[in-house]
Amino acid sequence: MSRSSKVNILSDKLINATNLRKSFDQFIAVDNIDLSVSRGEVVGFLGPNGAGKSTTMKMLTGFLEPDNGQIFINNINLKSDPLKAKEYIGYLPEGAPSYSDMIVADFLSFIGKMRGLSNNSLSNRLEEMANQINLKEMWNRPIETLSKGFKRRVGIAQALIHDPDILILDEPTDGLDPNQKHEMRKLIKRISTNKAIVISTHILEEVEAVCSRAVIIAKGKLLANDTTKNLENKFLNKNTLSIKVSNKINNVISKDIKSLIKYDEVKIQKTDMSTYTILVSENNKVPNLNTVLKQINKLKLDVIEANFQKLSLEEIFRTITSDNNSK
Amino acid sequence: MNNYLNKTYIILDRELNGYFRTPLASIFLLVFLALSSGMTFFLGRFFERDQADLTAFFSWHPWLFLVLMPAIGMRLWAEERRSGTIELLITLPVTNTQLVVGKFLASWIFTLIALILTMPIWITVNYLGEPDNHVILISYFGSWLMAGAFLALTSCLSALTKNQVIAFIISSISGFVLIMAGFNLVLSAVRSWSPNWITETISSMSFLSHFSRIQMGVFDLSTLVFFISMIILCLWINVQLVQVKKAD
Repeated sequence: MSRSSKVNILSDKLINATNLRKSFDQFIAVDNIDLSVSRGEVVGFLGPNGAGKSTTMKMLTGFLEPDNGQIFINNINLKSDPLKAKEYIGYLPEGAPSYSDMIVADFLSFIGKMRGLSNNSLSNRLEEMANQINLKEMWNRPIETLSKGFKRRVGIAQALIHDPDILILDEPTDGLDPNQKHEMRKLIKRISTNKAIVISTHILEEVEAVCSRAVIIAKGKLLANDTTKNLENKFLNKNTLSIKVSNKINNVISKDIKSLIKYDEVKIQKTDMSTYTILVSENNKVPNLNTVLKQINKLKLDVIEANFQKLSLEEIFRTITSDNNSK
Repeated sequence: MNNYLNKTYIILDRELNGYFRTPLASIFLLVFLALSSGMTFFLGRFFERDQADLTAFFSWHPWLFLVLMPAIGMRLWAEERRSGTIELLITLPVTNTQLVVGKFLASWIFTLIALILTMPIWITVNYLGEPDNHVILISYFGSWLMAGAFLALTSCLSALTKNQVIAFIISSISGFVLIMAGFNLVLSAVRSWSPNWITETISSMSFLSHFSRIQMGVFDLSTLVFFISMIILCLWINVQLVQVKKAD
């Protein structure tokens, strides 16, 4: 009996959380969420503000105790052996808090020592952090004098100092300028190969850029959990053809198009100064690309792009979360 | 065990250095030295008393600590909670007890430094006469113990709020009640409705009566037990408060 249950529990997942639930007074912040992350995965935790992302991360890192559910970190029960489990985790809390009166070097070495690094490996790791995260020029400056971008980097460095297997980053790019965001994403990608990483964000391009999987939550409930590709494919709108032409379409041409193309709905949208998009939809049927293109050719329009309408992750996100809201 | 103590020491080290990273330490030490010597010479009439002892110095300590210990201890937890660094601390592989004890010890050692800096007054009194150095040593130790009780109380109360000023005020008020516990001001409020033993207990918790015995050179076990258990009780409550209030 004990043997079989052990086999069930042991898994290759570095994070394995089941039925997580947390409420504050009457408010249910996290409602029955399951989440598992394997080595090499970067999971994007997506949701509107107040969806329960931070609360979930706080539970995964052992800051908050869930009301219900279990968390295994590298097969160690976080509740029964928190000190051991916490050793595997590097955590960047929301807003990247740090001791602002300390200089960068002292702060990182404090965290390193608390993480149990020996003097030797600590100085190695400090040097690696200074180089990897580009903190060298700020190394001896008090953290309070640093820009937001550097403060965020210090936050990342303290999470990485002990080279943890698991990284949990709460909005790592929040408040950074576009260049810094790009840098941060590159960094996360670079270190992601042998770690399990969870990042929370409400920026969708970030998920598309760095994550292998997206978990969408709203109002504490898990709404989707799939690879970004699958999510996009699942929400590919095959009933609508989108054809971009490099001609100006005035009212006359517009009427011609609508009379030529025999489908349920034909919409014409201005895309930018010189291109227009013709959207052709058919209820419950896939429009035939060839037919449509032939018809458009008769009008001597120059087609520069034709595809089935693809919903961006942003639109998927809006669809899913607003569905949930209307329920 | 070694590892356990080691992490407590790392916390202590960071915290103690923290006092010296800002002007806080020097300002505090200056104020402490100025007030303690000012009180000794002007209010305590050190010279006019014409006696070779440090009663004029030590008798003001409870009142001095009433204001100065909350000033040292108010930031211990309030600041961690305000800045969000409490989230960093708690997600490190350490127990809340290690955190609480490490921080408390740092503030207590800082107070020890302040007390050591008042040594010139001890030297002066030895130069001017022949004091009972045994009594003075006991008084120093007693003063430090009492400071520890004030600090443990402040540390505990500072976990209640994110605001250092509020932590300061509630610590001072609670400290005042504990100093005055043996006096009618506090006792009369309790005596009318409570049984005798409660009044007795409260009166025995007076910092002032314990400390005045120490000042006379009487250092009995009950005083030592009183201050030590006061410290342990406050720190235990502190650990619970950190657990309950961390995420507020």
